[in-house]
Amino acid sequence: MNALSTQQHTIIALVQDRPGVLTRVAGLFRRRGFNIASLAVGASEQKGLSRLTFVVTGDQYTVEQATRHLEKLIDVVKVSNISEEDVVARELALIKVRATPSNRSEILEMVNLFRAKVVDVGTRSLVVETTGEEDKIDALYDLLKPFGILELMRTGRVAMVRGKTGGRVSDDVGADAIIMGRNGAVAERAVSSAPGHYEGV
Amino acid sequence: MEMTGAEIICESLLREGVDTIFGLPGGAVLPFYGALSGYPKLRHILVRHEQAAAMAADGYARATGKVGVCSATSGPGATNLVTGLMAAQMDSVPIVCITGQVPRAAIGRDAFQETDITGITLPVTKHNYLVMDVRDVAPAIKEAFYIARTGRPGPVLIDVPKDVLAGDKIEFQWPDEVDLPGYVPPGAPDPRQARAAADLINRAQRPVILAGHGVLISRAWDELRELAEKAQIPVITTLLGIGAMSTEHVLNLGMPGMHGMAYASLAIDRSDLVISLGARFDDRVTGRLSDFAPGAKIVHVDVDPTEFNKNVVADAPVLGDLKASLRALIPLVESNVHLDWIKETDTLRAEHPSLFIRKSDVLLPQQVMKQISDETNGEAIIVTGVGQHQMWAAQHYGYKEPNSLITSGGSGAMGYEVPAALGAKVGRPEKTVWSIAGDGGFQMTLCDLATAVENKIDVKYAILNNGSLGMVRQWQDFFYDKDFFATIYSGNPDFVKLAEAYGIRGIRVTKEEDVSGAIQEAMETPGPVVVDFVVKEDEFVYPMIPAGESVHEMLEEPEAEGVGFERA
Repeated sequence: MNALSTQQHTIIALVQDRPGVLTRVAGLFRRRGFNIASLAVGASEQKGLSRLTFVVTGDQYTVEQATRHLEKLIDVVKVSNISEEDVVARELALIKVRATPSNRSEILEMVNLFRAKVVDVGTRSLVVETTGEEDKIDALYDLLKPFGILELMRTGRVAMVRGKTGGRVSDDVGADAIIMGRNGAVAERAVSSAPGHYEGV
Repeated sequence: MEMTGAEIICESLLREGVDTIFGLPGGAVLPFYGALSGYPKLRHILVRHEQAAAMAADGYARATGKVGVCSATSGPGATNLVTGLMAAQMDSVPIVCITGQVPRAAIGRDAFQETDITGITLPVTKHNYLVMDVRDVAPAIKEAFYIARTGRPGPVLIDVPKDVLAGDKIEFQWPDEVDLPGYVPPGAPDPRQARAAADLINRAQRPVILAGHGVLISRAWDELRELAEKAQIPVITTLLGIGAMSTEHVLNLGMPGMHGMAYASLAIDRSDLVISLGARFDDRVTGRLSDFAPGAKIVHVDVDPTEFNKNVVADAPVLGDLKASLRALIPLVESNVHLDWIKETDTLRAEHPSLFIRKSDVLLPQQVMKQISDETNGEAIIVTGVGQHQMWAAQHYGYKEPNSLITSGGSGAMGYEVPAALGAKVGRPEKTVWSIAGDGGFQMTLCDLATAVENKIDVKYAILNNGSLGMVRQWQDFFYDKDFFATIYSGNPDFVKLAEAYGIRGIRVTKEEDVSGAIQEAMETPGPVVVDFVVKEDEFVYPMIPAGESVHEMLEEPEAEGVGFERA
């Protein structure tokens, strides 16, 4: 993989459900200069533990550092980078769209086409609920845009590794992922590893 | 017996083997002090500024290897700890800070002396706690000490609201163990990683060991020497790794980097393998990353997985406690002599006499450090802040023992040397402790001379007084057109009279021939002493690799050229 390519990575973290844990996670990302594209939090199957799904934008260096630093937080129990895994990923969106008696049926047609549903009907608007992968939501949004979007609320991605693969992802990002280092890559070492060139401090 | 939160803290500290707390009370933390006065086994050392409390705890921890403890009140008391916490965080030093907080019902209401200290200290602590229930006090303290001293050590802060300290009483129960499912410090390394590292070491023709603070933290200096001697590998110690191997050892090439020994930096440059042991490839060590050790593979042994590939990509990372990792590595490493390579490093030493001190009519700071080294036989604990004095202390003192240089490395905090020396002396009263300061740093924390006097803490304070912020001035001279703006101190106090005002001996030295006599006099005088060494104003630290450059841009002492190497 090209170490400098920037892409989206999905990271799942199991964290202890304690006050301040989100601040710790968010503060870490800001402090180390990692970009969060989305972040979703909720209860897990285990009492006292929450599960977070992050989408991190960055190169391989960034995502490696981000996962290891997350792992290092005392309240974080486990971190998995599931970007390379076979996953189910979903996002929920609520879209409030401008609607008049004359175009309401046209909107409903699109909503049905996307297997979305209308969850609120007002005199001048509809609230549409849709679940799916991000591009499905993007597509519905684009189609509804000409009617006038009044409000959009997206949850951010939640993701889970599919059962068929065994559902197991690396338990130990810290050790196994770097077990053999980068043998033979001495020439490009410093350049490719640097978080962007910086002048001396 | 039923106890208040404050009493539970005291009991818990005793269980953790604490004997000393550096602190300064205030309203919110007063219930803790009320309990503390009933625990004579917990010696409280009252400081004059909370920054000194954190830094003294840090110095205590570095000198003893135990967890240092400090306390402060809410609001400004707590925020004054922050620079000390940063110093401990950057240099992986285990300290536990206990702060008082406003009562629970007042939190979030901008109460008098209220601040969100757990929020403020997130980036400068390994972990922190806001304890909102008296039942959580003992577990929080147990966890805090465990987290502070294990894995990669670091500071932990515990913030306790006043009404948790002084509210409901509960039965004191000391937990048998900590419950931290998210925290598992590495122990012995994966055998595959050790094997891969050993293979690289066995194949290397020109290896160097880069020994960092991890060697001292893990108390692995015997293992370091064993590995180095077995395979005859030159050892280079980072600023914080100084003392990991005696400077008298023939394989010790000293400190590398920005103001390191030229031969140490050149040896790294010419090496085919860098074996980093508990070091973090700081920019002061590596210079420009793309030119760092261009022909070398990297073995990187560390207890913190975030260090791998952070600045330099490892060819063989080894995740584990350093002592356990070296124990695993040593049997796998073959005996070797590396005769040509050792000869080459000897030649580098001869050709680049980085410890050369030239003749001068004006007192040179290097001469002072050399004399302190000679007069203490390299066996004192040296405590420094940051700047020129720090570099001269790192270069010209012959450290023989582990943990004998205590310095503000990663954080580069001026003023660290005054309080950290207090902590070091309290922790190791049998040692001679010299605090080496510049006149700039000394004035940041000199108020805590009173703490030394009050508690009879026998620290010898040397000021390398050049009447300026010397290192900044040096940068202005080299890189900012000699525009000495805002670096000259023209209104310094008379440090001798100042010492006398504190009721202690003050000595001024202006000539080289008086240096050793003054050092002896200071050490023969019981109690703290201040020696004001008035040194050359515009002396430079050499060698110097300018920031962001490489060993090829290194500047060396101009007069040292052609001077033969003299082994100490």
